Amino acid sequence: EFRRFSLERSKPGKFEEFYGLLQHVHKIPNVDVLVGYTDIHGDLLPINNDDNYHKAVSTANPLLRIFIQRKEDADYSAFGTDTMTRKKNVLSNVLRPDNHKKKPHIVISMPQDFRPVSSIIDVDILPETHRRVRLYKYGTDKPLGFYIRDGSSVRVTPHGLEKVPGIFISRLVPGGLAQSTGLLAVNDEVLEVNGIEVSGKSLDQVTDMMIANSRNLIITVRPANQRNNVVRNSQTSGSSGQSTESSLPSSTPNILANFLQGEEESDEEDIIIEDSGEPQQIPKAAPTSESLESLTQIELLHESTQNGFLPSNEMNLNHSAGSISMEYEVQDPEHESLEEDETIIKL
Amino acid sequence: MRRFLRPGHDPVRERLKRDLFQFNKTVEHGFPHQPSALGYSPFLRLMAIGTRSGAIKLYGAPGVEFMGLHEENNTVMQIHFIPDQCQLVTLLDDNSLHLWTLKQHSGTSELREEHRFTLKGPPGSPPSATQITAVLPHSSREVLYLGTESGNIFVVELPSFRVLEDRTITSEAVQQRVPEEYCNRRSCELVEALREHPKNPDQILIGYSRGLIVLWDLQNNKVTHHFLGSQQLENLYWQRDGSKFISCHYDGSYTQWPVSSDNRQPEPLENTVPYGPFPCKAISKIYWQTTRNGLPYIIFQGGMPRASYGDRHSISVVHGSQQTAFDFTSRVIDFFIIFSSEPTAEFDDPSAMVVLAEEELVVIDLKTAGWPAVHPPYLASLHCSAITCSHHVSNIPLKLWERIISAGSKQNIHYSNMPWPIDGGTNIAPDPPQRDLLLTGHEDGTVRFWDASGVCLHLLYKLSTVRVFLTDADPNDNMNTPGEDEWPPLRKVGTFDPYSDDPRLGIQKIYLCKYSGYLAVAGTAGQVLVMELNDEDAEHVVDHAEADLLQDQEGYRWKGHEKLKTRDGPVRFEAGFQPFVLVQCQPPAVVTSLALHSEWKLVAFGTSHGFGLFDHQQKRLVFVKCTLHPSDQLALEGPLSRVKSLKKSLRQSFRRIRRSRVSSRKRRGGSGNASEVQEANAKFDQEALQEMELAPVQRKIEARSAEDSFTGFVRTLYFADTFLRDSSRHCPSLWAGTNGGTVYAFCLRVPPAERRMDEPVRAEQAKEIQLMHRAPVVGILVLDGRSTPLPEPLEVAHDLSKSPDMQGSHQLLVVSEEQFKVFTLPKVSSKLKLKLTALEGCRVRKVTVANFGSCKTDDYSENDLAVLTNLGDIQIISLPFLKLQIRYPCIRKEDVSGIASCVFTKYGQGFYLISPSEFERFSLSSKWLVEPRCIVDIPEVTSNNHVHNKSGMENAARKS
Repeated sequence: EFRRFSLERSKPGKFEEFYGLLQHVHKIPNVDVLVGYTDIHGDLLPINNDDNYHKAVSTANPLLRIFIQRKEDADYSAFGTDTMTRKKNVLSNVLRPDNHKKKPHIVISMPQDFRPVSSIIDVDILPETHRRVRLYKYGTDKPLGFYIRDGSSVRVTPHGLEKVPGIFISRLVPGGLAQSTGLLAVNDEVLEVNGIEVSGKSLDQVTDMMIANSRNLIITVRPANQRNNVVRNSQTSGSSGQSTESSLPSSTPNILANFLQGEEESDEEDIIIEDSGEPQQIPKAAPTSESLESLTQIELLHESTQNGFLPSNEMNLNHSAGSISMEYEVQDPEHESLEEDETIIKL
Repeated sequence: MRRFLRPGHDPVRERLKRDLFQFNKTVEHGFPHQPSALGYSPFLRLMAIGTRSGAIKLYGAPGVEFMGLHEENNTVMQIHFIPDQCQLVTLLDDNSLHLWTLKQHSGTSELREEHRFTLKGPPGSPPSATQITAVLPHSSREVLYLGTESGNIFVVELPSFRVLEDRTITSEAVQQRVPEEYCNRRSCELVEALREHPKNPDQILIGYSRGLIVLWDLQNNKVTHHFLGSQQLENLYWQRDGSKFISCHYDGSYTQWPVSSDNRQPEPLENTVPYGPFPCKAISKIYWQTTRNGLPYIIFQGGMPRASYGDRHSISVVHGSQQTAFDFTSRVIDFFIIFSSEPTAEFDDPSAMVVLAEEELVVIDLKTAGWPAVHPPYLASLHCSAITCSHHVSNIPLKLWERIISAGSKQNIHYSNMPWPIDGGTNIAPDPPQRDLLLTGHEDGTVRFWDASGVCLHLLYKLSTVRVFLTDADPNDNMNTPGEDEWPPLRKVGTFDPYSDDPRLGIQKIYLCKYSGYLAVAGTAGQVLVMELNDEDAEHVVDHAEADLLQDQEGYRWKGHEKLKTRDGPVRFEAGFQPFVLVQCQPPAVVTSLALHSEWKLVAFGTSHGFGLFDHQQKRLVFVKCTLHPSDQLALEGPLSRVKSLKKSLRQSFRRIRRSRVSSRKRRGGSGNASEVQEANAKFDQEALQEMELAPVQRKIEARSAEDSFTGFVRTLYFADTFLRDSSRHCPSLWAGTNGGTVYAFCLRVPPAERRMDEPVRAEQAKEIQLMHRAPVVGILVLDGRSTPLPEPLEVAHDLSKSPDMQGSHQLLVVSEEQFKVFTLPKVSSKLKLKLTALEGCRVRKVTVANFGSCKTDDYSENDLAVLTNLGDIQIISLPFLKLQIRYPCIRKEDVSGIASCVFTKYGQGFYLISPSEFERFSLSSKWLVEPRCIVDIPEVTSNNHVHNKSGMENAARKS
């Protein structure tokens, strides 16, 4: 269902009032809902307090698109970077949630409140000794902030142990994206860049590949410290007793390929300035209805943590106390519908 | 993404690909890098050049070329042709001998290595015992005599290289009858020269380093004559009749010795120090040539007065009262004389002198008065001034070709008319399919026009831009014509001149329109010259304009070089390309891109600060656009020149180190010493390696940002008549791509021809595209409605191309270092892309549209992109679907200058520098292939055995 209504831009009021207004407009006074909006980057971001509500209103230009989901069948994965460009999926999730028979999520904190900066992905299809890390450079001004070097690692081959050349992380820049995630460390061996193996490639080649993918960098590493590995079987991990859910899809080796293909459409949008002098993003196959005029990048995440208003899951990440693993499951390759499970993994 | 990794295996397409694409390195043009040895066969009339990297190249008549490479890549020290055979022997600096043969194979001759051999002494003997210093292939063609450091002469059988131990000439045997007072322990140390008697193959002359010379009788195994030289010996030469020989010495003297049956220990006839009386340098090689008129030619290398002319590289020719010391621009490696090889001829009658210097080949005509130089048809010194850029133009119209040749012939009047004297072998390659020009820009402000149609890269015409400018060095200043009584009578020969008067003159970009004869060249100090071909000399004023590329930017100071000063008033230009417009960019940064549209009469140029458009018809600047990011101080200050000079000085110091290491290893004195040097070198290398391991190389991983340096650097400019504003009207447009991934498009309004001089050309910015990945834009191209690249200016007017399809919608191809992207036009939206770097980790260095024809049928051809990556791979990518067709490794990825120098032609050929002086030519096409195809027939061997003596005379054990 669609509703269109207007707000006073200069006096948006409180979130509580807005929430009430929404419930009123949609005639759902007693239903718990999640409220989200699309920001200038086309990302679906949540509205759940005064700050992000004000932000949303102030960036609306001129239309503010708001999505409302019933809380019990909400799809948290809908929020975050690049969500609108995977819009088909988002829309099908948001608007027709009944199409999917999904298990209810166990909500521990509110990861849906944040734009992701990094994630561990493909835990289910990788060996336990490897870790695939995605760095979301898009939408943040933080530098990626790491260096790589040549080195050698020992491999088990049919001829016994062999020393083979490899690429390693040599330095993390303090305050950089790589360091702040806690998912990468000095001396981690780089195995793949965006799904392409680096073995046999020179340091310069790997450097160029990483820079070429810098807006959406997915690197697979063999961590130097193997004690922090993701352990799939939750029973063996739980010293804290926290239950961990991990749905293991029936192994799909083409997950990454699919994932990347989806990505390819979205990772970069060239800007074109026509003779009117107004910058525009180059339209894609499915252009958004609103023309996005301002190009300033805001760092929502940054603000919210600084304000200290929100219970911060991000802090967990920073302290390496926990990490988020998103698993992608392809249910119907035709529709490319993605489902994400958040799993907190205890170290 | 994966879909690019797994191209569909369409069998039809795969078969077609085989008919279209094929990779071959076909021929090396230019002058061999670091030549180290020279050989000549008067029998085959072929010349052989060996290099320090172990290459051996044979040259005969133009188009006759062979190349071989020793596996070891060691320096070739000596080359000796086997008399009357298609065979030659090379001696490397590792003391190995190699036998090469020219064999005929399916209609062409090929050079192949047949055998290799290293002389071994008895167990326990020192290495010097078998260190070869002199090689004599005997006229019997059955044996080689090998003189060694120990003084022993070994005999090996050919072609097996079997040592005939019973025929070894030991120093003890030679010393037996040497007078007591002359003989000391060391008189027979080191064989310096071996020479066969010109009339009697059973006698050989042996010269030892300390000065002793003996005539050895091979039949009786004994010395017949002793010649007690008192000076350290350098070389020997027999006179034609065998009655006398001449020896040359370390002190700069030469001596004639008589050989007669009545005196077994003759005194010298004559001892001369030609450039005495003060101490002189060694004479390292000498010829004594008889002539019909009785006056001999005495030709010798070196011998200059040590103190005042010791640094000259000279060869002196003395003929009666005429004497000239040819002064070469670089070290003389070796030389030979071409003289009458008729076995029955009574006299030598020398016709030409061929000199291999380190950087060029010089041939002197000895028959024409004044001894002029001969213009070589090959082995051109591409690097006489360092090459700074190259530009290739395919399929030159005959008219333009003839005009260029005629302009060039006026520059070559001082050359001899003698036909090229080295004319062995037959060129059987088909005539080149079309006339191609390769233009090279040089550091000294010249542009050289080369005939690149066939195997021989031949200089047609040389253009100098220097006359337009005021430089410190007056061109007439250094023409030091020696006075009549100047002594020694030095005469400069050769063209190698690596020292540029002013680095700002360097040529950076060239564009030639083959239809109109307009030429645009741009240089290091922001100068852009537009020229027109004129068949006559002319004196005129060059119109001068300035383009201030920093118009809106205030308060910046350019810290680079100053702009070039121009000459006031009219300037005299010789026939050929004559400049009529000069645009100077301000700041005077190096011009990084250039485009010329000869139909619209517009020239566009770009630097690190921005770009501009100049109307060379009205001689008016149309517009400038600053592309500089305001915070980009580095680009403003102009450090490019500084970076470059630092690089250069580094390179030079490395070269110095390498040279000193090589030369210390090369001197043969004491092999123990040599091995020590080698050991030290190995140690040095190891230390360097360890050092590298201690400080590992790190690479920063960071996304590109708008604030990076040099984002404003204009990398490419492109003119196109296309749909820029709307899909109903097309108009002229100018496109520019920058280092920061920005593409600017300007709509141009060019007045129709009849009002061309009355109305101004107007330009208006229509579009600006910022690629999100911000990689440098290296190519822009518009495809017409049939997805064919737009034709060149005037190509349609000359009926050489179909008119572009203006009905269907046009597409824009933007090639960045990382991606290929196709956009729709006029509304720019992304249609298709190939993310090369993300997939393969390689980046685009060069890209061109090339037309590939099928080798099977004449009626199929297609346009593809030929791409060179930073890894030295060449990839062919289809248009317009951007599918990778095929990939070939071509250049080593460490060879940065090779990759930077690569140019593609329009028909799937290419050139790149393999050394400062050599272009490698390669072909990507199955249809067009320019490669040497030649045949060497063994000439009839006359019954008279004296033919081979001429080749025997070439067997000098050279000293370099």
